Amino acid sequence: MYEQMTNLLIQIFSQALHLVANRLVPLVEAGAPVEASGNVPTSTVYTTLIVLGALGIVFGVALALVAARFVVKMDPKVEQVREALPGANCGACGFAGCMGYAEAVVGNPDVAVSLCAPGKSAVAEKIAVITGKRAEKMEPKIARVFCQGGTSLSQKKFIYTGVQDCTAAVLAAGGDKSCEYGCLGYATCMRACPFDAITMSADNLPIISPEKCTACGKCVAACPKQVIELAQSSKAVVISCHSRDKGVDTKKKCQVGCIACGICVRTCPVDAIRIDNNLARIDHAKCIVCGLCVRKCPTSAIFDYIPERTRAYIDPAKCDGLDVCAKVCPVNAISGDLRKVHVVNQQKCIGCGMCAPRCPKKAITMVEAPPAFAAEEKTKAEEPVAV
Amino acid sequence: MWQHVLTIFIASALINNFVFSRYLGLCIFFGVTKRMETAIGMSFTFTAVMLVEAVLNWAIYNYVMTPYHLGFLKIVIFIGTVAAFVQAADTIMKKVAPALYYKLGIYLALIVTNCIILAVPLINADENYTLFESMGLAVGSGLGFSLALTIMASIREKLELADVPKSFRGLPISFVLTGLIALAFLGFSGMITL
Repeated sequence: MYEQMTNLLIQIFSQALHLVANRLVPLVEAGAPVEASGNVPTSTVYTTLIVLGALGIVFGVALALVAARFVVKMDPKVEQVREALPGANCGACGFAGCMGYAEAVVGNPDVAVSLCAPGKSAVAEKIAVITGKRAEKMEPKIARVFCQGGTSLSQKKFIYTGVQDCTAAVLAAGGDKSCEYGCLGYATCMRACPFDAITMSADNLPIISPEKCTACGKCVAACPKQVIELAQSSKAVVISCHSRDKGVDTKKKCQVGCIACGICVRTCPVDAIRIDNNLARIDHAKCIVCGLCVRKCPTSAIFDYIPERTRAYIDPAKCDGLDVCAKVCPVNAISGDLRKVHVVNQQKCIGCGMCAPRCPKKAITMVEAPPAFAAEEKTKAEEPVAV
Repeated sequence: MWQHVLTIFIASALINNFVFSRYLGLCIFFGVTKRMETAIGMSFTFTAVMLVEAVLNWAIYNYVMTPYHLGFLKIVIFIGTVAAFVQAADTIMKKVAPALYYKLGIYLALIVTNCIILAVPLINADENYTLFESMGLAVGSGLGFSLALTIMASIREKLELADVPKSFRGLPISFVLTGLIALAFLGFSGMITL
């Protein structure tokens, strides 16, 4: 049976080849007279073609059989999710690569769609559409550096000349910086960042680009001093210091450290700040990002990531005097009688933006600071705060 | 005969090490040695594919190509066999051992176009090795390549922390290192004479 079939195949092949060869050989001789025609016997041409063709068929059939026998039923959704993901395989989701997450999110109903940090909410929504899960609101995060004490503002314990890397420097008595909690400035985080979001400032502190940072957490893991943390990017006011030394000691080591004086605690309109272990901490669930504490901090240890704050402005034509804004304002900058047009006291307004979304008449807009305020802001910005 | 197989095995692993003496397979060698984990994964996959490949190609060469005087088709047919086998292995592994597939699957695609994989059956054919000699060469070459990968990966992991001059960073210093290791491997030559 097998013999017959191979014989038959060979016969068919040779017949076909005869036809082709009879037409081909004269052509070759005419076109390339000496070298190409050579003395290759026609039988070699046949056997070559037969063997190659037969091998091709054997491999093809074998592969087809293998593919049919070992078919893996893949949910097409997995492939769709995989395509929606960024494909950086960073592992921020907690699974082994993007493929692992795609399988988990499709197969397991308990895996949330919002675990991809680099993809942010856009990817979460795509995955939610594919898997039919609900995408909960995803608070965008960003890496924040909790140290402002660059080389010019902080003291050194000794001169370090070893390998220029924080993980190596920390092995030498905890690094050369006097402050145990501060950034060593040897750019380990910069090299760890897969998205090139970190650059080093002239003062040897990492600067994180808000556009490029995807909150994957690679720098957080790389920093031997735990100076970098992931924080909600909307909560733009942070206490940029991790020093748990006593105020006096902090002051000796660094000009911009938190000395736990408690002024911010008393300033905060919503009681979001408390002092714990000689370090002020902001409860970001309570914080309204008003920026009051930033102005009051005597050592400028609190940093405001909002580059320029706007001011509230009430359009008199739209204002119905409903008084909602005045109740919301944390600094009582809005005044006016009920049912009368309200005004914003530009001196008091801190640009927190709490009132604008609350106005039922949409009469409040946030505008650029008036000239008098802009000048004041500028002097503030010129202070040596390098983050 | 077994003595000869052993000689071939040791010779291909150390003396004629594919990376350090014949300068083959350098693309994979530099590609996967950045991390020890990938280097080890590649080593296992490579040696396994090499062994099966040598047997398959030995059979095809001796039972198909030699009788029909098709020795000149070695390159074409050997590449075809490698591609077909690797594809089949890929499909089977995905079904039978998904965990292994996700660990080693990416290396399989790299292996198809590797020059050592092609060189081993070509040498087997040229030297008219027997089945066991072919297997000896395949395992020897596989282990030799694994040795090269392991040495290089362990050095390159340390290299990450070294203060390398800027113009030498990355691939250039790796080439310098490879040259130095190749010099060291010259010490094996003359240990066995074939």
